[in-house]
Amino acid sequence: MKAAPALFAVLTLAMWEGAVRAAALPAYILPTPSAIVGAFAAAPTLLLASLASTLLVTSVALAASVALGVGLALLMQASPLARAAVLPWAVALQVTPVVAIAPLIIVWVGDPFASLVVCATIVAFFPVFSNTAAGLAATPRPLLDLFRLNGATRWQTLRLLRLPAALPLFLAGLRVSGGLALVGAVVAEFVAGSGGVASGLAYRILEAGYRLQIPRMFAALALLSAAGIAINAALGWVERRLLGARPG
Amino acid sequence: MLTLEGVGRRFPNGTVALEGAALRIEAGETVALLGPSGCGKSTLLRLIAGLDTPDGGTLRWDRGAPPGPGRLGYVFQDPTLLPWATAAENVALPLRLQRATPRESEAAARAALARVGLEGFGQARSHELSGGMRMRVSIARALVQTPDLLLMDEPFAALDEFTRHALQDDLVALAPKPTTVFVTHSVYEAAYVATRIVLMSPRPGRIVNQLEGLPPLPHFPPEEGRGEGADPTARRFSPGYAALVARIGAALATTRA
Repeated sequence: MKAAPALFAVLTLAMWEGAVRAAALPAYILPTPSAIVGAFAAAPTLLLASLASTLLVTSVALAASVALGVGLALLMQASPLARAAVLPWAVALQVTPVVAIAPLIIVWVGDPFASLVVCATIVAFFPVFSNTAAGLAATPRPLLDLFRLNGATRWQTLRLLRLPAALPLFLAGLRVSGGLALVGAVVAEFVAGSGGVASGLAYRILEAGYRLQIPRMFAALALLSAAGIAINAALGWVERRLLGARPG
Repeated sequence: MLTLEGVGRRFPNGTVALEGAALRIEAGETVALLGPSGCGKSTLLRLIAGLDTPDGGTLRWDRGAPPGPGRLGYVFQDPTLLPWATAAENVALPLRLQRATPRESEAAARAALARVGLEGFGQARSHELSGGMRMRVSIARALVQTPDLLLMDEPFAALDEFTRHALQDDLVALAPKPTTVFVTHSVYEAAYVATRIVLMSPRPGRIVNQLEGLPPLPHFPPEEGRGEGADPTARRFSPGYAALVARIGAALATTRA
């Protein structure tokens, strides 16, 4: 059963290879998997360096999303006034397409790396923010009463009750945000790449497209997919480690 | 211990949960607040605990102030355990909140778990325990600091009959026993655990009658089975118990009339 995804992938790739060869499709329409592997083998350092660049933006954006999302959620939990002030802006930021504001951010921030991180953070922060806020707000009332009866301070209630109670929702949000941070980084790189700022896999995809190096474009895409799967798996592992002792 | 005079509580939606409640609770009593759903029993308990504030009337404590943290134990209708913590950690929680040392907390939690018959289950998490065991953990947590006042809000309502009977026996046999206020909608339960029964009626929630003068527990003659060491099953069929249930039933009928 565990081998099923790998077997399915091998079968699909074999059919892809066979179909493209049988139809004699040119590589600029659809390259064969072997051509894609060849494109990667021809420039592994270039593509892996770009992957590292994209992953660095993704990681920093995810860390920033966690800091911003959890920070804002805690602020909203602590103060109804802060909640009223923050929530509409958070929603506004969430519904604004990053593609539309990325050029402005790149111009305003100036530094390419920081620009990419800001764009990716805007895309990624909302799930972790909204889930943490929901988790903090959903602390069972009887448990809050219990802490109150036992003279718990606000800090004790936060540390020993609200944060552990919010952990499952936070981690679910983190997993979504992990994928979105990668998407946000790629979108920002596309915008930045269009403006001539070279970095990351998205720029390699653009560059390969301009030069009609379609196998290299696919190789970069495959690396992006693998990165997304790895991020999801890593965050899933963190989730299982932290929630392993809990019911359900 | 506590005197309530004309205590009332109206919720923001206009519902009068409690009206003009007058009650005296003496130290050492086990008082059952008995009545149907919506008669203000839990509201009254929350007001005594200080979890809610009355709109009218006064709560006067003999010592001038309500019992502070650690002097008041509260058992909720559900076990209300931290799902990520072990049974021992749950029981030790009140001590941890009051900054007791880990050694003190562990020893007290172990003793409290033993008091409710859960020796050896300290490392179990709540989902690894049965419903009755979870409620025992909740009771152990309420007793871990030997409180002056124990408040219980229908603690056995969600349990099966066998477990409910066992826990009622545990409560009756508890020693030393704090002053206890026990919310229930079961006539049989009130007759079994209480030394005084306060009858309440709904809409608006009011105290309508009190059955006082029940002898201290165990308050059935030993030959009827309520005494120490008696067969717990036999207690449920003793003539004294049946007579008390009938007396409460008659009092309830009077309040409905």
